[in-house]
Amino acid sequence: MQQEPESLIIKLQEQIDTLQAKVSTLENSRKDQLSIAIVSGDLDKIMAAMIISLAAATMDTKVKLFFSFWALSALRSKNIRGKGKNFISRMFGIMLPRGKNRLKLSTMNMAGAGPLMIKHLMKKQGVLCIDQMFKDAGELGIEIVVCEMSMNLMGFKKEEMMDYPHLSYAGAVTFVCDANESSMQLFI
Amino acid sequence: MTTEELKNVVVAKSVDARGTACPGPLLEAKKAIGTIKAGDIMEILSADEGTKSDIPKWCGKQGHEYLGAVDENGYFKVYMKKK
Repeated sequence: MQQEPESLIIKLQEQIDTLQAKVSTLENSRKDQLSIAIVSGDLDKIMAAMIISLAAATMDTKVKLFFSFWALSALRSKNIRGKGKNFISRMFGIMLPRGKNRLKLSTMNMAGAGPLMIKHLMKKQGVLCIDQMFKDAGELGIEIVVCEMSMNLMGFKKEEMMDYPHLSYAGAVTFVCDANESSMQLFI
Repeated sequence: MTTEELKNVVVAKSVDARGTACPGPLLEAKKAIGTIKAGDIMEILSADEGTKSDIPKWCGKQGHEYLGAVDENGYFKVYMKKK
C-alpha cells in the first residue's frame, strides 16, 4: 500500500521529463524569425511585404525574404542591362518592370496612373517610399534571397540586380529550411 | 501612469515622428533607443493612430516599460522607459 504513491511519483517524473524534452525541441526548432516567399511583382504586394518585414525587423525578429518569379522585377536596377541574353530573355527584360519604382498596381493600375496616385498619397501621408523601405531594410539586416531558378527562367542576370547589402542567391530548399525554423511564414 | 504624471515626466529623448506613417514611428523609435541609457524615459510624438498600439507591443517584446500615451492637439505622445 505504501509503495503506490512512490511509484506514482516516479511515473509522473518520467512524464514530466518527456514533456520537458519535447518542449525544448519545439523551442529550439522555432526561432524568432519571419520568412516570406514573395512571388508577386505588384507594387502594392511588394510594399505590403516590405512594411511587414520592417515592422518585424524593428522588433528584432530576423527576417528572410525569398524573392521569386514576378517579384524579381522589383530587384532590378533601372539602368543596367544584362548582357548575353537570347531573344526570349530580351523580350522578358523589355516587358517586365525595370525596378521597384516601375512596378504596377494589382488593381486600379489605370495604365500607370494608379501607381502615380498611390505614390502621391503615400508622400502626402508620410508613408515611407519604396526606395526608403529597401534602404531601411538593408540597415536593419533584412536578408533577401533571390530564387536562382526564376532568375534563369526570366533570363535576368546577376549584374542587373540592385545593390543591396544582404543579397544572396539560392534555391527553393533554402526557403524551405529557413521557413522550417521560422516561427512565422508568409506567402505573398 | 496618469496623464498628469506623464505630462510632468522628465524625458531623456524626444522623437518627433509626426511626419511619418506606419511603420515609420517605430523605426525612428528603434533608432533612437540606442542613444539613451537604461532607465531613461523616451517620448515618441506621432500622428499615426497605429503607433498607440504598436509601441506597447514593441515594449512588451523588448522588455522596455510602456508608460502611457497623452493626446495633444492633432497628435499624441507615447512614453516608455528603456530596460
